[in-house]
Amino acid sequence: MSTFEAVGRLEVGRPASSGVRLLRRIARRPVAVAAIVIIVIIYGAGILAPLVAPYSFTEADLLNRNAGIGGDHLLGTDNLGRDLLSRAIWSARTTVIISVLSLLAGGLAMGVTLGLLAGYLRGTVDAFIMRMAEIFYSVPTLLLMLIINASLRTRVEDWGEWLDDKTRQGWIEDYASYFLVLVVLSFFGWPGIARIVRSQVLALRESAYVVAARASGASTPRIVFRHLLPNVSNLLIVALTLSLGGFALAEVGLSFLGIGISGHPTFGLMISEAASGPGSITYVRAHPLVILVPGFFISMLVLAFNLLGDQLTDVLSPRRR
Amino acid sequence: MPTGLATYIARRLLIVPVVLLIVSFVAFALGRLTPSDYVEIQAGPRAQPETIERIREQRGLNDPIPVQYVRYMGNFVTGDFGTSAQYRLPVDDVILPRLWVTLQINVTVIVLTWLIAIPIGTLAALKRSSFLDPLMIGIFVFFASVPVLVSTPILQWLLASEVSLLPSGGWAETEYFGVEMGLLSKKAILPIMLMTLPGVAGLARYMRTQVIEVMDMEFVRTAQAKGLRADVVVTRHVMRNALLPIVTLLGFEMSALFAGSIFVETLLGIPGIGQYTYEAVGTRDYDGIMAVVILGSSMFVMAMLVVDVAYGFIDPRIRLGEGLGG
Repeated sequence: MSTFEAVGRLEVGRPASSGVRLLRRIARRPVAVAAIVIIVIIYGAGILAPLVAPYSFTEADLLNRNAGIGGDHLLGTDNLGRDLLSRAIWSARTTVIISVLSLLAGGLAMGVTLGLLAGYLRGTVDAFIMRMAEIFYSVPTLLLMLIINASLRTRVEDWGEWLDDKTRQGWIEDYASYFLVLVVLSFFGWPGIARIVRSQVLALRESAYVVAARASGASTPRIVFRHLLPNVSNLLIVALTLSLGGFALAEVGLSFLGIGISGHPTFGLMISEAASGPGSITYVRAHPLVILVPGFFISMLVLAFNLLGDQLTDVLSPRRR
Repeated sequence: MPTGLATYIARRLLIVPVVLLIVSFVAFALGRLTPSDYVEIQAGPRAQPETIERIREQRGLNDPIPVQYVRYMGNFVTGDFGTSAQYRLPVDDVILPRLWVTLQINVTVIVLTWLIAIPIGTLAALKRSSFLDPLMIGIFVFFASVPVLVSTPILQWLLASEVSLLPSGGWAETEYFGVEMGLLSKKAILPIMLMTLPGVAGLARYMRTQVIEVMDMEFVRTAQAKGLRADVVVTRHVMRNALLPIVTLLGFEMSALFAGSIFVETLLGIPGIGQYTYEAVGTRDYDGIMAVVILGSSMFVMAMLVVDVAYGFIDPRIRLGEGLGG
């Protein structure tokens, strides 16, 4: 979570730069462009997985188990003969779904709203929200996730089945694990964003235009969302970019602990299948592709988000241009 | 102003029990609500339903959850953490030696992270316009982007099994001056390396931002103008002031490191708290999980408290002003 802290302080009180000017400034930075290209390739492949993946993610080519690079399978196969590239592409799809939804729910809906309210309303509301954030910060997050998961997973799956029956859909239960991961990531992702937004709002709330808006009788939601939100957006863009990488990383850990997505391939599942269990060192040594393929894609994606976050910090803060 | 500081400390102290009560109750309630009953697991598949019911009655598991919680916490405060279902031993006997192992690794990791990140961040800020800044930060951002679950097997494969440079895992303690130490063994190198490298980037980046900010301040210009040597200005004036806000990250760092311990200790077979946590969840060792949750949160909360109070001592704006957020 320290990535959120690492954003540092940007210039505040400045209207957000127009989109075109921002894009032009980003286009002049090769590192930023490279990062965006990587993200577009991996996210694009993930979104189009059913079209671009050469094989299905379950198809086992039993005559070609543990195949190397080249041949029928571009990046080789695992010990069941499943195509590693196809599984990586489908994993990217899972990553896109999970990180974008967590960003919307935990980052934007919870983090931004609570941060704006805490900073603007101050007093009891502020104290309550920030103490909550502190509690979420001070518990060993993973451990609580484990407990939440142990007690809720079967229940959520039952709800999914029930919903399937009621709505005659049939796919909802398959996505029950997505729902759980989403809840867990959102609940533990909001405090970082809320803290950043709050500290910016604290600096802005006494500025002339906010005081003027209040004096002219604007309602609290209007001041918060129309006047304050646009002015914290610079910092927010950076924090949200970094959090997309953070969610992708978190998925790997959750899958290893057996509390991640089930039913679809994910980078975390591919890595855990290769790296855990007895004899894993011998297996990785004999057939390194099983760890290198998912490891490469997830690391490149997270690296791209981290670099893009840094580049955006430089672009968006006028002092450092 | 001593009164300001006293109220500040009092306010911070009051939060500690509240946080711990909430965390422990949520963890306890969630643990008791799990569908798979741990008495059934312990009693085995062939146990009679009457036997299971008798055990539940004996242990008070049929009481309402709040009653069970109060009883549990009463025991906890007196040092009775319950019995580890996995090892069939008192939890504290299982946890304490493991806590020592994890502590040795994690404290070394924190010290090393700071020793690397502070100079890197400062240097990056000073060389802002050259290629050195993006290069140095970029290298460590790369280390931070590779999941430990990927770097661990890869390093095990490359360093341990291909070139036999390091042992591929495990933990060995030798007695030095009456204390069992594992740090001086070769086996400690791999876990410490794996946990240190990902943490450097965040800290270095933050240090870089702080140094850039302090460099712009007037007292730095004054120091430069009166002809002090550049290195004196950097170490005495810039770094010292830039370091202040960074100290507050220490609490968060400990919490993040604990997550890393779960993965690294499990993969490398190190008998620490992280590995125990992983096993405890697999074997539904609830008393063990509860003890780790409560002890872990208390340690993090106390660490953050100490850091906050120390910070309030150093920087009067924190305890007097409301504006900086805290």
